[in-house]
Amino acid sequence: MVVDVRDVHYAIDKRPILSGIDLRVRRGLITAIMGPSGTGKTTLLKLITAQVTADRGQVVVLGRDVAQLKGSEIYALRKRMGMLFQNGALLTDMDVFENVAFPVREHTDLPDPLIRKLVFIKLHAVGLRGAAGLMPGELSGGMARRVALARAIVMDPEILIYDEPFVGLDPISLGVIMRLIKQMNEALGITSIVVSHDVQELSTIAHNSYLLSSGRVAAAGSPQELRKSDSEAVRQFITGSPDGPVPFHYPAPDYNTQLLTADEP
Amino acid sequence: MSNGKYNGYLREGVRRMGAVAIFFFRMLIQCVPATGRPRLIVYQIFNAGARSLIIIMLAGLFVGMVLGLQGFELLQRFGSEETLGTAAALGLLRELGPVITALLFAGRAGTALTSEIGLMRATDQLTAMEIMAVDPLRYVAAPRFLGGVIAMPLLAAIFNIIGLFGAQLVGVQMMGIDRGSFWSQMQDSVEFRDVTEGVVKSLVFGVACSLIAVHEGYHSEPTAAGVGLATTRTVVASSVLTLLLDYVLTAGFIRG
Repeated sequence: MVVDVRDVHYAIDKRPILSGIDLRVRRGLITAIMGPSGTGKTTLLKLITAQVTADRGQVVVLGRDVAQLKGSEIYALRKRMGMLFQNGALLTDMDVFENVAFPVREHTDLPDPLIRKLVFIKLHAVGLRGAAGLMPGELSGGMARRVALARAIVMDPEILIYDEPFVGLDPISLGVIMRLIKQMNEALGITSIVVSHDVQELSTIAHNSYLLSSGRVAAAGSPQELRKSDSEAVRQFITGSPDGPVPFHYPAPDYNTQLLTADEP
Repeated sequence: MSNGKYNGYLREGVRRMGAVAIFFFRMLIQCVPATGRPRLIVYQIFNAGARSLIIIMLAGLFVGMVLGLQGFELLQRFGSEETLGTAAALGLLRELGPVITALLFAGRAGTALTSEIGLMRATDQLTAMEIMAVDPLRYVAAPRFLGGVIAMPLLAAIFNIIGLFGAQLVGVQMMGIDRGSFWSQMQDSVEFRDVTEGVVKSLVFGVACSLIAVHEGYHSEPTAAGVGLATTRTVVASSVLTLLLDYVLTAGFIRG
């Protein structure tokens, strides 16, 4: 097991975000974490990458309980992970080449010619060797994400975490990112965790998936198994129905009463 | 206002000062490894220093010229306009140079630092560094802080030189004071400790203004409004702290 999340509770300002999550990520597989916005998917990633600590429960990553780790141990663990952010999070004061070279320069003493080779190999893998001299501001959303992917894999991580990798992409870029996620997993054997709410896309690449709802795991299994689930929350999410366990209306006072009393200050 | 509210403000004030102090010490620790990448620090000296040169030089020239005019007018009443050089030099070296440079630095370089770091926070660049096991305090905060601390005395020195030139322009060229008296009086009266006072002040202001700018950016809310608010706070806090520290330091130097 690469990631083992056990009965994790987490709250922000006493507002529960996660309420007893159990989740396992097996080595070499693509695990999808799905769920509507605001169900704690990103928080779960923050727990796995040791950016926050659980209020209760245990998060074990690559055999280490992240709550027990100190500063330098957290960094040592993170060196074994890569993460792709929703917007790429490229460093805006460096060009594409330097962005990909950044972790290598920071963590190794490799000679410059070797770094150049390494960076070009990774950029070639995402199809952007020709864009090495461009600045992040000159890239499209899809290209920025591919550069960020090259940067995430440049240190050959054991786990690769994708935070909403498909958001806001045109169909071609989306197809490219999907193919790359699959390729990274198959060719490099990287364990992948993909957080997204795109059911269609995930069902074609994920080996295993978890559906979160209101801070809990509503369903787990292969994408095919999830489709067959008779849970209302799962059905609403998969069919995209506007009302259901996740209500269309945000909690509000009675509609008629509010309209009738709207004149009062 | 109720006592409870006062206590609340007081507690919040103490909490913020404590947070800044902890941030300062954490960043100081990271300044040691940051010196291993001198390229980053040199770039930040360029960013905070060289890019502020025009505003510093312009302000220095006009402040010096005003000092020349006012000084001449005042000293003439006592028939001692020959001492204008001394008056201008002491005013600039001990007071106006470091203080005005710090105020301009807060407005020009401080705001740029805060908004840059704030936007890095808002676009997840700092989090991305954390995930890549690179401490943003070492890579982003420390070089910018060091760059600001090194740039401030250099800018103040340039401000002083241009200011003296401005005072000389008005006093000697326009008002007709003897050039020899202007410079020789200055040379006789200005002591090394006057220069030291200015350098110490600008170093302290450099630490204060750079710390505030970096801290506010690093802890800004990751939204457009949050970065705007942090930038405003940088200017206000840096300016007030500069003037407050100036009084404390001046009192210290005069007593010492």
